[in-house]
Parts: sequence; C-alpha cells; structure tokens
Amino acid sequence: MDQALSNNIVLNVSNLKKSFGDFHILAGADLDLKEKQNIVILGHSGTGKSVLFKCIVRLIEPDSGGINVLGQDILALEDEKLTELRIKIGYVFQGGALYDSMSVRSNLEFPLKYTKGAKRTQAELNELVEEALVNVGLIESIDKMPSELSGGMMKRIGLARTLIQKPNILLYDEPTTGLDPVTSGEISELILKIQEEYNTSSLIISHDLKCIEITANQVNVLKEGKFTASGTLDEMKHHEDPFVNSFFK
Amino acid sequence: MTKSSKLKDAIADFLLGIGDMGAFISSIFKSFLRHGVNFQEFSRQCYRIGNQSLPLISITGFILGLVLTLQSGPTLAKFGAESMLPGMVSLSIIREIGPVIVALIVAGKVGSGIGAELASMRVTEQLDAMEVSGTNPISFVVTTRVLAVSFMLPLLVLYADAFSLLGSYISASTQYNISLETFFHKAFDVIHYKDLFPTTIKTFFFGLSIGIIGSYQGYFAKRGTEGVGEAANSAVVKASISIFIIDLIVVNITQLLT
Repeated sequence: MDQALSNNIVLNVSNLKKSFGDFHILAGADLDLKEKQNIVILGHSGTGKSVLFKCIVRLIEPDSGGINVLGQDILALEDEKLTELRIKIGYVFQGGALYDSMSVRSNLEFPLKYTKGAKRTQAELNELVEEALVNVGLIESIDKMPSELSGGMMKRIGLARTLIQKPNILLYDEPTTGLDPVTSGEISELILKIQEEYNTSSLIISHDLKCIEITANQVNVLKEGKFTASGTLDEMKHHEDPFVNSFFK
Repeated sequence: MTKSSKLKDAIADFLLGIGDMGAFISSIFKSFLRHGVNFQEFSRQCYRIGNQSLPLISITGFILGLVLTLQSGPTLAKFGAESMLPGMVSLSIIREIGPVIVALIVAGKVGSGIGAELASMRVTEQLDAMEVSGTNPISFVVTTRVLAVSFMLPLLVLYADAFSLLGSYISASTQYNISLETFFHKAFDVIHYKDLFPTTIKTFFFGLSIGIIGSYQGYFAKRGTEGVGEAANSAVVKASISIFIIDLIVVNITQLLT
C-alpha cells in the first residue's frame, strides 16, 4: 500500500472483474490514478464505466480483483472504515443526485451534518456551504429547491455537495452529458479549476470531446471490460486501433 | 422454458425475496440500535403521515360509523335491543373495523407514497449519493419512515374511532332518539382495557409492516420510471395482505389469552 503512495498513486485498480449473470461487464480492468491527475475514461455504453466507479466506492461489490484507495484496500474495509474512506472519494453523479425534498442549502449541509462524528456549529456550516457554492458560481441559488434548477445548475450543485467534504479523489460520471455546448464548456473549466484549487485527482467518464480536451491529462479506453489503450489525448487521436480512433471522429 | 422450471424459478424467487426482506429488516434494527433515530426527520415524517391522512380518515371514519349504525339498527330493533346499538357499534369499531380500515387506508396512501418516494430516490441515485457521502440511508430514510408510520397509525386509529362514534351517534340519535350522554355512556360501558391493549399493539404492527414493506419495495426498486410505479403498487398490495395476516394472528393470540 505504501508502495502505491510513494509512486504518487492515489487509486489503483488491478485485475477487476464483475459479472451480472452471464454478462461479463468488467473482465480484468487495471488502472492507476496519480496525484493531481485527471484521467478520462472512454468506452461504449454498457462497457462497465459506471460499474467501475460503483466498484471503487463499493456501491457494487466486484467478483474479484483489487482496489487500493489512498493506500487502503477498500474491499477489505469494515463499515466504519469504509465510510471514512468514502468521504475522501467524491462521487459526482450524472444527474447531480440532489435530494429533491431539500433546498440547495440543506443538500450541501446534509453530508456535513449526518456523517458520523460530524459536529459543526450552524455558523461553520453556513461558511462551508457558501464557500462551496461560490466555488461553483451558484451562491445565488442557495435557498432554491432542486426543481427550480436547470440541468447544468444541478450538476454544479452536485459537485459543490461533493466538494464540501474536501475529497482527495473525484469520480465524475458524465459531467457534461445533456448540456448545451456553452454550459458543457463551463463545467469542464470548473472541473479543471476544482482540481487546481483542491489538489484533487479525478476519473472522468465522458464522450464530450471539448470536456476531454479541457480536462484530460490522460485518456484510457475501456473495451470489453478491459482498458485496452491509454495515453495523452493526442496519442489517442492518432492511435493505430480504429476502435480508439472512432471516439474522436 | 418448461412449466416445472418456471415453477422452480418462482419458488426460488419467493425464497430469495423472503431472505432479502429478512436481511433488510435486520439492517433496519441494526441501524436503529447503532445510530438511533434522526428526531428531526422522524418528526417531519410523522407530520407528513398525519397531515396526508387526516382528511381521508376523518371522512371514512365518520361514514363507517354512520353506515354501521344504519345497517345494524333495524336488526337490533326487531329484537327490541336498540339500547345495545352504541355498545355493539363501539366494540366492533374499536376492536376490529377501525384498525383494519384505517390501516388499509394508510397502506394505500402512505405505504404507496413511501414506496414511490424511495424508488424515485433509487432511480435518481439519491440513495447512492447518501451512501457514498458517508450517510447511512437506512438510518436516515428508512428507519425514520418505518418508525413514523408505526407511531402514527395507532394515533390515527384512535382519531378515526372518535369520528366513527360521532357518525354512529348522529345516525342513532336521528333514528332512535338516543341522547348524547346515553349514547357515549353505553358505547364506553362495554369497552375494557383488554379490548384496547391488543388493538393498539395490533395497529403498531400494522404500521410497522406498512413502513417496512413500503420502504423495501422502494429501496430495491428496479431502475427506471416503471420501477417507481411498480414499487408503489407492490407496496400497497403486499402491505394490505400483511395487515390481514397480522390481524388473523393477533385475534387468535388474543382469544387464546382471554
């Protein structure tokens, strides 16, 4: 585990396998995410990108393989330790996953109030919520309900709710899908800004070329449950495998 | 697929369902013992359940008492036993009809609501978001709802009983000229502690089953909007069946003990 950290690897996935019935979604996926690195994961629908994310945070238990997060074997952790480690992994869901019965303020306060051992005064909560909302440029929406927000705003608030726990690693599940090009560009710039300000490392599932261009240090291609190619965006654009090329046409 | 393999699959699914439900109930109790209950959310759920159900329960309770008196009155009158009408109506409402009718209404209104709400939270990944942010969704979302229904149902039954007796009194006074004082004196004269205690216990278990079944159907809903409707529907059907089963068990136990 210390070996991984000394190489600045904050997340290591090795030979990860997951099947649903006879359908092998992940068939030995390997991945290393380094400190302050942004890796974009490309792959056709149903190739296991979201399943990989859910295995990393153990929303889904993999069949075999290893996942090492910040030097800890997440698959071996018991409830309490798992919760502590999960807080260090921010998961930004595709639709924002905002709690629709709560205002934006309550959505952001929620993880701070109800995680184990979290004891903060209301003034501290207010400060943290406002800071997170300023960072995503939506302070004016603090008292709105999720139903009053646009798709792009929901994604930003979802990101703010994740950031408020100050995670070390961020998992973005299609952060720009369904958004217009302008908003999509803004979200991509925001991902980059967040990485610089919070010193986070990120895995980003995206098919949006603009988002990839703005955010990616490295691009990994997932095919039939395995990562078959990885490199910089330029390398991927000129890759010899037509499957890899097809994402950039 | 042959008929026998279909049957095998159905039996396997049924047994797996029982196992999953057992594990779910155990996780609710574990979570309650470890984390207690979030009082703010519990109070909010109690308010929602009461607020949602009060108008319907008032009307249903009132009509129930009215109709029961209208139907029973003539039969008793044939035997010159009109004076037994308040006692008969109050006993049947408080011991049996009130709890079952109110529980079925709550299963339809609240149970389906819990099923649909949790299924919608599952579909939109809100439950996943809670889990990965370090908050236990069983503790915050499920335990609070299950306890709120269990706590509120006995109160709603008492409330409905009061409206039923009011309806019964109006019917009895117009048909048989029974005074308010006589009606309630005779109505409460036949009610004993042994009638109220099993009823309250019974309604608590009705509430528990509505909360658990509604939450289970929603929590494990399949993805997609179809899953939300399916969860709401299953919650009502299964909770209604469970109400009759619990009723049967409690009535048998009560009769054995008395």
